[in-house]
Amino acid sequence: MRPTAFLLLGGAITAPALLSPAVAAPPGAVTITIPRLDVAEYHRPYVAVWLEPVGGGAPRTLAVWYDLKKRGNDPGTKWLADLRAWWRKGGRSMTMPADGVSGATRTPGQYTIPLPADVKPGQYVLNVEAARETGGRELVSVPLTAGARTTGKTELGVVAISAR
Amino acid sequence: MKPFVARLMAAAALLSIPAALSAHRMWLLPSATVFSGTDGWVTVDAAVSNDLFFFDHQPLRLDAMKVWQPDGSEGILQNGATGRYRSVFDVKLDKPGTWKISTQMSAVMGSFKVDGVEKRLGGRRGPPQPNAPAPLTVADIPANATDVKVTEVSGRNEIFVTAGAPTTTVFKPTGKGLEFAPITHPDELVAGETAKFRFLVDGKPAAGLKVTVIPGGKRYRNDEGARELTTGADGVLSVSWPTAGMYWLNATLTDAKATSPRATERRMSYVTTLEVLTP
Repeated sequence: MRPTAFLLLGGAITAPALLSPAVAAPPGAVTITIPRLDVAEYHRPYVAVWLEPVGGGAPRTLAVWYDLKKRGNDPGTKWLADLRAWWRKGGRSMTMPADGVSGATRTPGQYTIPLPADVKPGQYVLNVEAARETGGRELVSVPLTAGARTTGKTELGVVAISAR
Repeated sequence: MKPFVARLMAAAALLSIPAALSAHRMWLLPSATVFSGTDGWVTVDAAVSNDLFFFDHQPLRLDAMKVWQPDGSEGILQNGATGRYRSVFDVKLDKPGTWKISTQMSAVMGSFKVDGVEKRLGGRRGPPQPNAPAPLTVADIPANATDVKVTEVSGRNEIFVTAGAPTTTVFKPTGKGLEFAPITHPDELVAGETAKFRFLVDGKPAAGLKVTVIPGGKRYRNDEGARELTTGADGVLSVSWPTAGMYWLNATLTDAKATSPRATERRMSYVTTLEVLTP
């Protein structure tokens, strides 16, 4: 292990461009924070995560967390439209549940979603939208570059892109 | 005292004329316009009032209310009820796409004089009165009538709601009267973005059409907040949305292209309620 690290370091010195790997490395994952909220009635938020090309183009949904198991007159899918930015950007033409995309709602905490490997080169914005029953709704956007991060104000905490 | 009362009554009579002429606003208010899935329901309030969207005057009758499914075929209106101030009904949105809920009216109004006495065509507003004579029609105008003025009146009042992805089949124009041919989908309106709607009269772009846009929630602000807009030469109206909410849109047009017998003028109106969401 140690010799390899030494070799890599040596390689970095000979190639100055690699000295700042955080800039050069492609983005590999997004970490989303669902904050713990001190409210009388708490429900886990619906969350959508999607990529949008900067110059316009088809958005790509990476994750949708909703109440998968709720059935009956008001199934969990009924409230997906409350993620209104995502809904308008393509959520409305998806079929739920979606393989590898949809999942159950999450408790407060940090979650890391790996970015798909087949994203075409180009500039993207990563969007995270959260909507909570009896609560608020928030949309947070961050450029898709490793090291980029932002913090939501109400329904979302830190959203950070890490290197591959 | 008597002259004073007489003057007062005369003043009241004068005041009541404009009140009778200015029609109250008819509106349909859907519970939402954007729905997820095909097991959702929209519930709609229908009323006639001045302040939007508060039911405090008359219900909008459901007799002519129709539902159009995303494929253009007629749908079902359910649980209809008419109360003192509003009507209410539900539509089950069991097919994906954009639905239209609309009511249409067309009538002939007017007046004529026989031996100096003015008579009016058409029924009066409000519920039918017992023992009232049958309303006069164009056929009842005698040969010796003078000052004949007959006006064709038509109106559409429509709302659009979408389950899943929006579609455009229900916007297909009929080519008759004043119609709405949106360029921006009416269920994709977002505060801060400008929407473009085309208006058609007899299927052709309605240039220079006067359109009024009024935000709901009148009771909770001082000003009416109405904007008077005009369509361009291509019949296209550009509307910006300062804030999210429900908006009432009304276009009116008067021209001389009446087709009813003896009618010299036609008056057309178009009303819709639009929901604008936050970005």
